[in-house]
Amino acid sequence: MVITRKDVEYIAHLSRLEITEQEAEQYTKELSDILEHINRLSKLNTDNVEPTYFTMDMKNVTRSDVVKPSIDKQKVFVAAPSIENNGFKVPKII
Amino acid sequence: MELHAQTIEQLHEQLIQKTIKPSDILDSVYKRIEAVEPAVKAYLMLTKELAYAMAKSAEERIMNNDNVTEITGIPIGLKDNMCLDGYETTCAAQMLKGYKPPYTATALEKLQRAGAVFTGKLNMDEFAFGSSTENSSFHTTCNPYDISRVPGGSSGGSAAAVAADMCIAALGSDTGGSIKQPAGLCNVTGIRPTYGRVSRYGLIAFGSSLDQIGPMTKTVRDNAILLKYLAGLDEKDSTSAPIAVPDYLKNLRSDIKGMKIGLPKEYFIDGMDAEVKSKVMDAVRTLQDAGARVEEISMPHTEYALDVYYVVAPAEASSNLARFDGVQYGYRDTTADNMIDMYKKSRAKGFGRETKRRIMLGTYVLSSGYYDAYYKKAQKVRTLIKQDFDRAFANVDVILTPTSPTTAFKIGEKAADPLTMYLSDIFTIAPNMAGMPGISVPAGFDSKGLPIGMQVMAAPFAEQAIYDLTAFYQQKTNWHLQKPRL
Repeated sequence: MVITRKDVEYIAHLSRLEITEQEAEQYTKELSDILEHINRLSKLNTDNVEPTYFTMDMKNVTRSDVVKPSIDKQKVFVAAPSIENNGFKVPKII
Repeated sequence: MELHAQTIEQLHEQLIQKTIKPSDILDSVYKRIEAVEPAVKAYLMLTKELAYAMAKSAEERIMNNDNVTEITGIPIGLKDNMCLDGYETTCAAQMLKGYKPPYTATALEKLQRAGAVFTGKLNMDEFAFGSSTENSSFHTTCNPYDISRVPGGSSGGSAAAVAADMCIAALGSDTGGSIKQPAGLCNVTGIRPTYGRVSRYGLIAFGSSLDQIGPMTKTVRDNAILLKYLAGLDEKDSTSAPIAVPDYLKNLRSDIKGMKIGLPKEYFIDGMDAEVKSKVMDAVRTLQDAGARVEEISMPHTEYALDVYYVVAPAEASSNLARFDGVQYGYRDTTADNMIDMYKKSRAKGFGRETKRRIMLGTYVLSSGYYDAYYKKAQKVRTLIKQDFDRAFANVDVILTPTSPTTAFKIGEKAADPLTMYLSDIFTIAPNMAGMPGISVPAGFDSKGLPIGMQVMAAPFAEQAIYDLTAFYQQKTNWHLQKPRL
């Protein structure tokens, strides 16, 4: 196994995903298989190669700073699970 | 021939002759849907009321000869990851069940402006993660050529709907092959345009450096028509390219004499389906006989493309899908009494298995300690893959390969093993990593009667060369005209 069950539990936490015991087991095996395949990349020498994060030859794209109307607030709230006083309502944070 | 079975070009001709009305086409399409949708299950939702309103306004445009385009009055199906103001847009995910976006994707707005008609929302793998539609959290779409088999994915609903004449054309989106692979498996013509050719505004993001919207049609000529209306710079997507959009159809070459086709030896590998290989080589001979020049080329980093993709795409996906947190829209679990648990439970219940797998894989390769070994390494190898293409296109006009190593597989056959499933995109992933455009066109059938697709790629923004070659090929062959028996 390339990664352990403990790794999987930690990644699940970082990913904000609750997983069951059985899922932790399964993901450990599946992710290990995939990572093992991916490890073939380490065979290649890339010492003098620049990474390609983006395939187009583009520099920063800017636009003029003009105020434009945005989507109506009430229209956006329609899709919200919970709202109060013109804001999204969430459970306790601290 | 019934209206639903015709092409954009054929229908447009009758519309401007005023021998038919847009609502006649729509009647025929919905009748067809009623007849075959129970077997194919391509749609997630029909937008009948909207469609008839759009058809009515198209009719008025035609009657008044007011800004009539080649797609005015043409019924088009939409993959369900493109936002349409006020209409449920789910990405085939429980997470977005019932979600009605407050705005419309630019690509859809452009079609609306040109007078097209929207038939409904089409099935896909959840968040476009998959190659078969089996990851849809609602249902699996069936291949119209054999309903015990998958249509491919993730734009499987779009491919199946076009193949079964349940729309005249459809939109798909392609990250690792999600237009080309299902097009190949369903005998449809589907292009993944150059990255940056079509605005991604309103396309629910999967891999931001890879995603592209593209047309899926019955012919190359229809495809060329539709891309013209989709493409172009959009100020709402700063990665859309400030490059003029040609009239692809008008510019089509009448012959292909002297066109240089490269056949990369790495795409004709041992172990691939012999019938797929033989049909694609038949196509090569057809093109050669018409005056194209064919040469074998080598793209040595091809074998690493899948590995690069399964680092980069999940990494981007895990970031993009962080937005589904149960706060502003989407599913929220109401049992949690604090914020972190609310996130965790909402995402656990709202996402399917493959989505979670990709989020975790992406989170892992981006996490501290593994970033250099996986993410940065993969982006470096991506450079090597891109250099393979740049070198090849210095010598040839197009590269031709099979679209997939096999024809459509059985529903359930690969569902249990993610790695085997990932391998079905092996030929479409490398050009996508490099940002190259590519099409899949029908190239024949195997002995079971299943469609075989041929992939044709070109240099960035050279979609015209792709259309030149493949439109010519469709003049010489009639694979694309063979309909499924449903």
